[in-house]
Amino acid sequence: MSDFSTIPDYGLSWLEASGDHADIVLSTRVRLARNLQGHAFGPRARINDREAVLKRFKSAVEGTEGFATGSLLEMPDVATRTREILLERRLVTRDLLGEVGTTPALGTAVHLSSRDPVSVMVNEEDHLRVQSLLSGLRIEEAWRLVDRLDEELGRDLPYAYHNEFGFLTSCPTNVGSGLRASVFMHLPGLVLTKEIGKVLQGLSQVGLTFRGLYGEGSEVVGNFFQVSNQTTLGKTEEDLVDHLDKVARQVIQYELQARQVLLRDARGVTEDKIWRAYGLLRYARSLPFEELMNLLSGVRLGLSLKLLPGLRVYTLNKMMIFTQPAHLEQAAGYDLSAPESDAQRATYVRRILATEGEIESDEDQSDETTPSTDPDGR
Amino acid sequence: MSNHICEKCGSNEAVMRLTQIVNNEMSTYHLCETCAAEKGVETAPEAANFPLTDFLAQMGDERGESDTTPDLECSFCGLSFKAFRETGRLGCPHCYETFESHLRRLLRRIHGGVKHVGKVYLPPDPTASEMGKRLEGLRRRLHRAVDSEDFERAAELRDQIRSLEPV
Repeated sequence: MSDFSTIPDYGLSWLEASGDHADIVLSTRVRLARNLQGHAFGPRARINDREAVLKRFKSAVEGTEGFATGSLLEMPDVATRTREILLERRLVTRDLLGEVGTTPALGTAVHLSSRDPVSVMVNEEDHLRVQSLLSGLRIEEAWRLVDRLDEELGRDLPYAYHNEFGFLTSCPTNVGSGLRASVFMHLPGLVLTKEIGKVLQGLSQVGLTFRGLYGEGSEVVGNFFQVSNQTTLGKTEEDLVDHLDKVARQVIQYELQARQVLLRDARGVTEDKIWRAYGLLRYARSLPFEELMNLLSGVRLGLSLKLLPGLRVYTLNKMMIFTQPAHLEQAAGYDLSAPESDAQRATYVRRILATEGEIESDEDQSDETTPSTDPDGR
Repeated sequence: MSNHICEKCGSNEAVMRLTQIVNNEMSTYHLCETCAAEKGVETAPEAANFPLTDFLAQMGDERGESDTTPDLECSFCGLSFKAFRETGRLGCPHCYETFESHLRRLLRRIHGGVKHVGKVYLPPDPTASEMGKRLEGLRRRLHRAVDSEDFERAAELRDQIRSLEPV
């Protein structure tokens, strides 16, 4: 049995490739960390703390004007595979679910609003993590969504708040505003031109940080970088949000410049990489996830550069999400071994590309644009 | 990271690990507080994420407190300062008061300051919320009374609710 029929948009609206620069910025997330007075924080909370927090949250969310309709999924009641799918759709964290193979702690839950792309994790590291996950670069909009929900919840819930330190959190790196805004960016141009190091160093100088695909401590895969604010105390939420937005737009400009450099100085090699990636995706019979991510990076670059006409960003976004292990198992209807998973992944990708990503042979077009006599070439 | 000597000055004890990416190559240095500050890493990402627990582990030691002074403990949740240093996670809102002086230093180091300037939170009006809770309880009981067809009780409850409800 799947609980997905009750989830608004199946939790996938952030894949729709609708916001600004959606080919470069996969998604935007803004979250607020909040805790209630009188209860120990997540890692030290006892069962009665967690249950009391969940109960108070339920009654508070029911009393909100715009957020009462939605689904509250209590993690211990949700089937294992469904939980993993929620994780793969980035609606919950591993922290909320607990270690693989264990039942999530009593009181852990996620509330997904059916009106807006906004959700609340309950009893994670902090009692509440109010978050919005949107497609493309939409930091301001994501902030407004979480702010509104937070305002409404705060009218009912006794938040742990300190006059000097602001909103109190389990980890001192979140205290103050409790706000973490992040954008998930695809930066192959900067990686291929070896400019990425400079850019990442620059980020750290302006109070931002980066992570890999799966958040803290994870590796960078497929040239995807999650860029977020580093500090949460001493700046207003608006400043944090504006700053990330400005810097993200600057990084996008650098990335676009890097891509122009690639086209100018290494068009042949770049096109070859892109078409090889497309060819492998189109015909491979086994694809480990990491290899898929690297190939998708090449194809995504090709799409942005208009070298692969007919492909849509949405198709590529789907291929990243539906090829994760729990999604493949859900589609297959049974647990998959790693080799089976790789084979299913390749099958899924071939099928999607056959229906949504068939590209006319463009031999002639490629010949015309081979840049051996590019006047700007160095 | 225990007892590294600062790789820059070669004399002080290193209190943080700095990871830099230069020309796509990642390198890690162990630095003392002074050299780290010189490199301007106070608010660099690594300063908060990476060596937070390292820094925490050093916090008491620098003041010579860890062996001689009794361990501070939060009276509400029982978290000891030692445990906080190990995990980097506070136990409850009261921990912020219990460990305030240590935290002040830590927060300055992580965030560059200690004063929240963002959203101001006004706690819910306690009388209103108490009243709300009471009304909610009465309404629940009213439903139950109606469900069990105890109409006498239901009438009583309805009168109580009316007397409490704001006009």
